[in-house]
Amino acid sequence: MNEARAPYLKVENVTKKFGDFAAIKDICLEVFESEFVCFLGPSGCGKTTLLRAIAGLDIQTSGRIEQAGRDISNLPPTERDFGIVFQSYALFPNLTVFKNVAYGLENRKMAKADITARVDELLQLVGMPDQGPKYPAQLSGGQQQRVALARALATSPGLLLLDEPLSALDAKVRLRLRHEIKELQRQLGVTTIMVTHDQEEALTMADRIVVMNEGVIDQVGTPLEIYRRPASPFVADFIGAMNFLSAVAGGDGTVRLHGVELSAIEGTDGLDEGTAVTLCLRPEDIVTRAVESGAPNAFEATVADLEFLGSFYRASLTAKGVENTRFQADFSVNLVRDLGIEVGKTLTVAFPADRIRVFAGT
Amino acid sequence: MTDGPQAGVIEAPLVKPKVGREDWVMRAGLAVIGVYLLVAVVFPLYTILSKSFQDERGTFIGLDNYAEYFATPALFYSINNSLTVSVISMVITVGLAFGYAYGLTRSCMPGKGVFKAIALIPILAPSLLPAISLRYLFGAQGMIKGLLMGETIYGPIGIVIGEVFWTFPHALLIIFTALSLSDARLYEAAEALGASKLRTFFTVTLPGAKYGLISACFVVFTLVITDFGVPKVIGGGYNVLAVDIYKQVVGQRNFQMGAVVGLVLLAPALLAFIADRMIQGKQVALLSARAVPYEPRPDRRFDLAMLAFCGTVAFIIIGILAVAQFAALVKFWPYNLSLVLDSYQFDLMDGGSWGAFWNSLKMAAWTAVIGTAVIFTGAYLVEKSKGFEHGRGLIQLMCMIPLAVPGIVLGLAYIFFFNALGNPLGFIYHTLIILVLCTITHFYTVSHLTATTALKQMDAEFEAVSSSLKVPFYRTFVRVTVPVCMPAILDISIYLFVNAMTTVSAVIFLYSADTQLASVAVLNMDDAGDTAPAAAMGMMIVYTSATVRLLHFLLTRGIARRTQAWRKR
Repeated sequence: MNEARAPYLKVENVTKKFGDFAAIKDICLEVFESEFVCFLGPSGCGKTTLLRAIAGLDIQTSGRIEQAGRDISNLPPTERDFGIVFQSYALFPNLTVFKNVAYGLENRKMAKADITARVDELLQLVGMPDQGPKYPAQLSGGQQQRVALARALATSPGLLLLDEPLSALDAKVRLRLRHEIKELQRQLGVTTIMVTHDQEEALTMADRIVVMNEGVIDQVGTPLEIYRRPASPFVADFIGAMNFLSAVAGGDGTVRLHGVELSAIEGTDGLDEGTAVTLCLRPEDIVTRAVESGAPNAFEATVADLEFLGSFYRASLTAKGVENTRFQADFSVNLVRDLGIEVGKTLTVAFPADRIRVFAGT
Repeated sequence: MTDGPQAGVIEAPLVKPKVGREDWVMRAGLAVIGVYLLVAVVFPLYTILSKSFQDERGTFIGLDNYAEYFATPALFYSINNSLTVSVISMVITVGLAFGYAYGLTRSCMPGKGVFKAIALIPILAPSLLPAISLRYLFGAQGMIKGLLMGETIYGPIGIVIGEVFWTFPHALLIIFTALSLSDARLYEAAEALGASKLRTFFTVTLPGAKYGLISACFVVFTLVITDFGVPKVIGGGYNVLAVDIYKQVVGQRNFQMGAVVGLVLLAPALLAFIADRMIQGKQVALLSARAVPYEPRPDRRFDLAMLAFCGTVAFIIIGILAVAQFAALVKFWPYNLSLVLDSYQFDLMDGGSWGAFWNSLKMAAWTAVIGTAVIFTGAYLVEKSKGFEHGRGLIQLMCMIPLAVPGIVLGLAYIFFFNALGNPLGFIYHTLIILVLCTITHFYTVSHLTATTALKQMDAEFEAVSSSLKVPFYRTFVRVTVPVCMPAILDISIYLFVNAMTTVSAVIFLYSADTQLASVAVLNMDDAGDTAPAAAMGMMIVYTSATVRLLHFLLTRGIARRTQAWRKR
């Protein structure tokens, strides 16, 4: 009857059209209090459109949005409750860091001393005390983004929106800031939505990920769910590395891959024998250490190519005797050394049944 | 009630965004700008169009005026004349400006900064001034009239020389920019592939500057065909369209025929404008963000050749101005060469007075202040407001029209519109207000484009951020947009000020006894035979514009030091 907790943000059947083109179609989504949600997808999937609809910057064509029990569907941004950080930082270049952070506070008839105290507290929070008198151009990209974050949090909004906040930064800074933002969010408990096209970012930061493609939501789930049990070939392909192999359903939860019979768990229900299917398996899930020939889902494969990627090797393999089946497997450096894996060597590999995903069609 | 392909699916009700207080402020602002442009641009132009179809009593007579125009050889020959001098001036100016800009950008000659500054001086002068100088140089008692080998300066030769002087900086600025935006990597590639210097010039340099050259051609052509000052002073019996309008209106009081000639003049200006816009639309950014700017390498012979060329051009520019100043100081050319200040007794001259000079200063100051405020705010609203697409598109279009309208046509249109019986704005007729209004309108487009460019360079999300912080947009406009755009705002105001000082064509019909202007005084004193005082007044305009430019330069630098500290790292 009554749910454990009511959603903080409710998006119902939201569609946004630009002319005849629908950028997002009939989106439904619930975000809970204090949750960190990532909208993940390739460029043009509609993730930013959805964010801007939630902010009221580009109001949806149809559909309803509710925040904290209040219908905000048609409200201009000024009448909503959110803070926002953009990829470009959008810091006011002619105002100091202090003035930037104080910008939203000065408009609320706060006492000067209170404003100063609050700004100092925020700059402390984002790890930039004493930087108040500087101008944005005197800061590095990462520092500017911290200031933008402090500015967005200054008015204690109920909802924090982050539009690709890390995309303009160097790889190293990005990693550090990723961690810092997540920490900050956990500490403050502010409900947060972040838009990103970087799957790694989404996997490491989000409590839940919303994977979007061509204006619709493909899957909503925790990072682990999304990674382990992708709901569609698109999600499987977009997140992490994935082998896609054409196979045929064999009935009773099995698939046939060019004569090799494999038992699989996920996705074989209700598939008639002989149906063409796509078998998905991550390279790191393929095992070869201590696999006896004749073990379940085991078969012989030849190493066609071996690519050194630093912490591991990515091997291209072909099932023995089946030249046109190529798949990739990640082997640790230890494993390669221990088993003497090299190009041309034949290995016995196994596809663990609980890691195989099967989708109808090819 | 027809169902689409998804029969049975009910269309979701559309969300109607709530119009907040800020939206109302923004819409009201747009409406004000829209009404302003209607009154300042569209209505007057409509009036001049309708006048051309009426007789002197205001009865509609269809194309009769046009039939009369084309049946009068003395009138329609001017079309040919106007086109001839415009095309010749265009070819010469663009050729010279290209050579000059080439020297500034591709050689290592010394004194580039000085050469660039000299080349821009003619912008500070009314077009009447070079024409007056030419009289002293090549007139009946000219200093070097022998150079003309018996030809008279009063006619196409004088017009072309005067126009080349006056339009040179406009062409130079455009071509200079086009040549500056070249990618050194293309030159390195050409060199690596073994292309000769000549081949590199034709395959890299010219294509890169193509759009700049085309644009410069259109600009010069339009400036010449619509200019009134040079042909008025030095044209002699060689009639051109812009002077014909003046003669019809001021000489013969034939307003209808003035309107007809005005529309005939509008046609080529409009065509050049549209063609230029279309070509600009095709231009893609040649310079990617990764381009490496070209650095010329010293080449003694080439550098000396460019120095000689630029030196000659600069000498002629300075020479023409020096002659005007000399003429203003000489007691009685060519018989008494003692230098006196008699010519500065403007109050004793026919058609001039010091009052006119002060009026000009006042008018230019008001134009700069009001014009900058209106134009920048208007550009901001068009650029940054949301929704209202059609209305904004229409305003944008209205902002572009003034560039295509010759000043003299605009001035005539203002007479028709503001002097019409029953116009509630009629009270501004014969006041300083109408001069300010007309001048702002005349120079609206370039200022608008400057403002738009600056606004486009600002982060598009400033407004989004401030609305998320619940700060109204107008507060952010004052606290962020205006300070960040201050360099562009100062550029606009100086552009308006200098043009208001020098313009003749837009205001020649609109001044009254109380609101005479310096540039008009130059014309009137020259008309009355007081050529030396006319030269003196012309030089006063040059000095004023130059002083204001210098002040602007110092101010910009000062402001940059104080308030734009954030620009530097």
